[in-house]
Order: sequence, then C-alpha cells, then structure tokens
Amino acid sequence: MLEIRNLHARIAETGTEIIRGLNLTVKDGEVAAIMGPNGSGKSTLSYVLAGRDDYEVTEGEILYNGGSILDLDPAERAAKGIFLAFQYPMEIPGVASMEFLKVAMNSQRKARGEEPLKVPEFLKRVREATASLSIDMAMLKRPLNVGFSGGEKKRAEILQMKLLEPKLCVLDETDSGLDIDALKIVAGGVNALRAPDRAIVVITHYQRLLEYIVPDSVHVLYKGQVVKSGDKGLAIELEANGYAGVIEEAA
Amino acid sequence: MNIQTTRTRTAAETALIDTFAARLPDLPGDKAVIAKRREAIAALEARGLPNRKVEAWHYTDLRRLLTTVPAFDADADAVAVAPLLEGSTVLSILNGKAGKAQPVEGVTIVSAAEKMADGIFAPALQPATDDDAVGAINAAFAADGWFLDIADGAAPATPIEIQSAQAGGQVHTRLAARVGEGAKATVVERHVGTGDALASSVTNIVVGDDAELRWLIVQEQPVGATQLGQFNAWIGKNAKLTLFIMNLGGRLVRQEIRVDAKGEGGEFTLRGVNLLAGSTHCDVTMVLDHSAFGTKSTEVIRNIVTDKAEGAFQGQIRVAQQAQKTDAKMACNTLLLSDEGGFSVKPELEIFADDVVCGHGATVAEIDRNSLFYLMARGIEEKTARGLLVKAFLAEVIEGLEDEPIVEALEAKLDGWFAEHG
Repeated sequence: MLEIRNLHARIAETGTEIIRGLNLTVKDGEVAAIMGPNGSGKSTLSYVLAGRDDYEVTEGEILYNGGSILDLDPAERAAKGIFLAFQYPMEIPGVASMEFLKVAMNSQRKARGEEPLKVPEFLKRVREATASLSIDMAMLKRPLNVGFSGGEKKRAEILQMKLLEPKLCVLDETDSGLDIDALKIVAGGVNALRAPDRAIVVITHYQRLLEYIVPDSVHVLYKGQVVKSGDKGLAIELEANGYAGVIEEAA
Repeated sequence: MNIQTTRTRTAAETALIDTFAARLPDLPGDKAVIAKRREAIAALEARGLPNRKVEAWHYTDLRRLLTTVPAFDADADAVAVAPLLEGSTVLSILNGKAGKAQPVEGVTIVSAAEKMADGIFAPALQPATDDDAVGAINAAFAADGWFLDIADGAAPATPIEIQSAQAGGQVHTRLAARVGEGAKATVVERHVGTGDALASSVTNIVVGDDAELRWLIVQEQPVGATQLGQFNAWIGKNAKLTLFIMNLGGRLVRQEIRVDAKGEGGEFTLRGVNLLAGSTHCDVTMVLDHSAFGTKSTEVIRNIVTDKAEGAFQGQIRVAQQAQKTDAKMACNTLLLSDEGGFSVKPELEIFADDVVCGHGATVAEIDRNSLFYLMARGIEEKTARGLLVKAFLAEVIEGLEDEPIVEALEAKLDGWFAEHG
C-alpha cells in the first residue's frame, strides 16, 4: 500500500529539514501507529503524504500502490484514495458543510471517471454515516467546521473519511482534545473502516488512542527517522518508560 | 482660490457644460428647480470635475477617469430585466424615464418628473458639499425617477424594485423614499443596461421613527458604462436601516453613502460586496454621522479584485459630542486575486463624544493557503477550491442579511459573475 524510502523533506520557506531519511512500509489492511515525542516530525510526515506545498521533498520516494505520488497535488492524491484526518481541521466560514461534502465526493468521483452522486443517494449516505458517528445532521447545516467543538471537528473528519472511502487513511493526532466518550466514538468510526484493502496510519503522541484502535505495527519517529518498529507491545512499553530509552538505544 | 479657473477643461467637462443649455428645455421642474440646475452646472463650470487633490476624490480622480461623456440618446432602446426578487413590484426607469407606476398597498408612488414640478422640490437638488460632483451632475441633469411615500405603519407584502435600465447615452435618475413611522419595507435599487452610458443616480431616504428599511443597491452595468451613485439617508429614533450594496460591473463606478443616524437609538447596517474585474475602477465612499445618543452602526465591505481592476473604500465615521454611547464598527476586507489589480482603503474616525465604542479594521490578503490545502486534501481540484473560497468570502456577508430569498438571489448573482469572470 505505502512504501516510504529514505525520505528527506524540509520546510520550503526556511529550508529546515524535518524528515531525515525516513523508511516505512505499510501493507494492505494494516493499521500502523506512528509515535514520537513532540518535534519528531509526525505532523510533517502527514502533510508530506497529503502533498502540502509548504514542504519540499529533497530526497527519497513515496510509493503508493507501487507508484510515486511526489508529483501529484493534494487533490490528485485524495482522488487516488489518500486521506488525511487533520489534527486541527480548518474552519471555513461561508462554505456550507453539506455543499463541501457533495463537492468533495463528486470531485473524487469525477477524477475516477465516475458519475456524480444523485442528491437522494448523497443524502442517504450522509444520513447513514452521521448516525453511526452520533453526529446531529443539524451540525452539517453550519458552515464547514465553524463553531464546532474540538470533538465535533474530529468526528466531522471521520465522517468525511467514511464518505470518501479512501484506501490510505492518515490520522494526525486524532485523539488530541478529545474526552473519553468522544475518543470512543471516533475510534469506533475508524475501526469500522478497517478492511483488507485499506491501510490506516495513526499518528499519536500517547498510547491512549491505541487502546481503542489496536495497531498491527508501531513505529517510533525521532528526529525525522523511524528509530524503532515493533508490534502493539512497543506502544505499551513507551507508555510505561517514555521515549528516552528507545531514543538512547537508537542513538 | 482661483487656481482652478486657469486649468484647461477636459473633454468630459466641456461635454457636460456644453450640452446643458440644449438639454435644459427637455428637463422637468419648476422655476426653482431650473435655478438649482443652473447653479449646479455653474459650480461645475467654476470648479471643474474633482481630481485627486480633492480629498474626497483622492482614490478616484474623476477629472482623469471620466474620459468621455456620451451624448443624450432619446431613442436608446433600454430593456427591462427580470426583478432580483421574485414577486417584486417593479418600478422601471427606461433610458432615464420613469415607466408606469404600479400600485403598492400603503405606498404612494409618484414619478420624479412630476415631483420636480410640485413647487417645493428644489432644495433637495442642493449638492451635499462643494466637492459633491455626483450631486452636482445629477442636480443639473436629473430627468426622472421615483418617489415612494410609505405610510406610517405600512408593511408592503412584496419587495419593491426600482430598476433603471440604460442602452447608452446619459441617464440621470433621482430616487427618494419617506418611510413612515413604524413602517417596514424592502426596496431594491437596480442599475442595469447594455450601453456605454454615463449614469448618475441620487437617492434620498428618510427613515421615520421605529421604521425598518432594507435597501439593496445592485449595480450590474456593462463594462463600458460609468455609474455615479449617491445614497443619502437620515435615520430616525429607534429606526433601522440596512443598506446592501453589490457592485458587479461598470468601467468607472463611484457609489457614495451619506448617512446620518440622527434619532436616538437609530441603527445603520452597511454590507457591501464589490466584485472587480477587467479594468474596472470602483470606489465606495461613506460618510456616516452618529448625531444622537445610543446610535449603532456596523459596516462590512468585502472586495475581490481580479485582472487590472482598481478599487477603493473610504469610510468616515463622525461621532458628534451629544452622541454618547455610540457603537460603531467598520471592516473592509479584500481578496487580491491578481498582481496587477489594487485596492485602497481609508478608514477615518472623528469622535467628539467621550463614551463611545468605535472600531475599524482592514485587511488585504490572498486566498488562505491553509483553507485551500484543506479543500484540496479532500479531492477538490485547485480551481474549484479557489472558487469555493472566494465565493465563501463574499457569501458570508450576504448570508448576514438573514432572508432566504434575498440571500439566494444575491448568491445567484455571484454565481453568474464567477461563471463569466472566474
């Protein structure tokens, strides 16, 4: 599904290198957790995967289903099935949530050569997805993410993910700012999307989320590199002993 | 102060002055009105058109920008268009001449030509200041228009649209409304056309105590037309005036707003959306007086600038000494979508009271990169995503009107503009 080889990326404006020779492989159906202390490059990795042009890839390769995605813009990547759930979803006043969902779904369908969704079918899908995430349809009458609480924003991200049916989901600190009830709803939404032909990359600072979204693999990111990989036991070890041991070991 | 007498007249000044004598016999009005017209043209002759050295015209050098003045064209075949809001009562002005009056319950409707002969009209033609070129040109040439007298407590069930349509030449219209005590109305002032006309329009409104008036100016002149507009209003006690302005066209556009919140507790709301494309020059200039205790105002202007278009917003708020507890907020935000376009903003506060809240803010920005990335990350291609964000920037102001049919009609105008210019 995803293969990152010796990736180097820097902030375009300042030239500061953040990702420094990162290697990572995620297979079809796999849930991979990326953990690491603040400043290790977790969010940068998620942005680079989604194609944000504030970052420049200077070396290495990102292969998605065997093909390089480095020359694709964010919309093209999304249409190919890559989805980033944002740590801080943008509030966009003036863009109605429903309109946004419809345009996004139909843009992706168009890029894949599919017919646009008819309104009743679109509404049916949204209704089903909102119900499963305990989202009130009234929330979608508001402008996109405007006035949403932290928990509502995260749920809205998972809603988008559900509707867009991506193949590679990248969740950037989806647990931040969530209370335990919201966390369970969000984790439930993600778990429902686990499928043999879909991979999920969960980026998180804390082990807590991984109690609800149990990963197949755990990777520790430090100074822009994966310094250690293991199974879910690694996350528990990190929670107990902190990052210091793993980092020292790697150094 | 005779500096201006030595300068050479521009072609436009010459055309205005020279055609006046020939035009005068065809213009309506009693003796006093005719005298006002002569005064106005004499002032124009003495002072010339204002240039950028005149403060109120600093961003719109009318002397330089008004390059030609077309001749009057009595046979121009102006065509009315469908009203902005479905079900409106339409009062048309075709080629500068008022059409047939339509009945509206609770409203007395008289053409301006008729009104100008009533013996008491002349003072209304007095330009607001010495620099009031729009008022002077209009006073000299205004031929027709509509007067609405909305009875006390009246609330017409449907909106009224005053539609001025031109097909070239010159059209100079006068509009006025008296909104009676406790009355409630929505009026659309529309400027449309097909020719490269010179159009001027002056609107005078008195909003009575406890009345509520919503006035929408929608200017959609073709790319070759010049539109000089002026909106004057006096707001009574606890009355509410909401003025919405949408500029979608024209080559040279000046829309002036002069409002006096003169009754205690009066409220003024201005929402403006200016869409500038091609080589349009569009200037919205407001002078707002808070003259009474506890008056409120908010002004939000949003502009988008593409191509080589230029725009300006001047917003002056004056708070008189007796206008304690004034609450005034003004904001002007511009999205620059081209490196060749420009927009100038000049906020001015003049406060003589000591217990007031007054604020203003202005931004000129490009499309927000974070928002653009967010939309694109959901598969929305860049062009569509940019379009959504630009529309959203303007739609926010329109949605503030909180009236579904109006919001839908105005957003349809936006869509039409984007289809043509996006």
